[in-house]
Amino acid sequence: MARIAGVDLPRNKRTPIALTYIHGIGRTSAAKICKKVGIADDRRVQDLSEEEVNKVREEIEKSGNYQVEGDLRRVEGLNVKRLIEINCYRGQRHRRGLPTRGQRTKTNARTRRGRKRVTVAGKKQAGK
Amino acid sequence: MSRSLKKGPFVHPSLVKKVEEMNKKGDKRVIKSWSRSSMIVPEMIGHTIAVYNGRKHVPVYITEQMIGHRLGEFALTRHFKGHAGGDKTAKRG
Repeated sequence: MARIAGVDLPRNKRTPIALTYIHGIGRTSAAKICKKVGIADDRRVQDLSEEEVNKVREEIEKSGNYQVEGDLRRVEGLNVKRLIEINCYRGQRHRRGLPTRGQRTKTNARTRRGRKRVTVAGKKQAGK
Repeated sequence: MSRSLKKGPFVHPSLVKKVEEMNKKGDKRVIKSWSRSSMIVPEMIGHTIAVYNGRKHVPVYITEQMIGHRLGEFALTRHFKGHAGGDKTAKRG
């Protein structure tokens, strides 16, 4: 059982991949952490010793080199809030839940806009 | 690629001149500007700059948080009111 930064790591994945389940750790930083702690890329999480897990935990949670999970989410939220407050273009896009970086919205943009709302053509709306 | 630090932020020369003049005199009048790509720099805090959006000058009051953004980000060039007949409930009201 490896629980780091409040996230359970999947046991049967390779360590550098498993670390990316933590918000704020991507492939690059995961690889760096593994290298620093001395864990080979092909070691699975379930094969790690307690000591190794602790070393990884130390590196992620206490060294201050990585901003992860709650802290990172808070910073992200503040950044978005700032954009909304100063009323700039990106802020307005955030407010409307549309993409902020100039992507097209005629089609796609489903991640930001959510699931597609189906309009049924030619059907009368009953009692509205 | 980002802009070279050596050059510093881009602010239109005429805008710099106007802001500095106003800072020297200490008065705060609205500055009209067409330079949407000018970066907002600390000297501008507290001024109101009317940024052109292609149709008219939109007054923008500069606050500290806006530093590093560009003037154009605060004066939208498009105004979307919704599709014609798209929102039926809104039309009835």
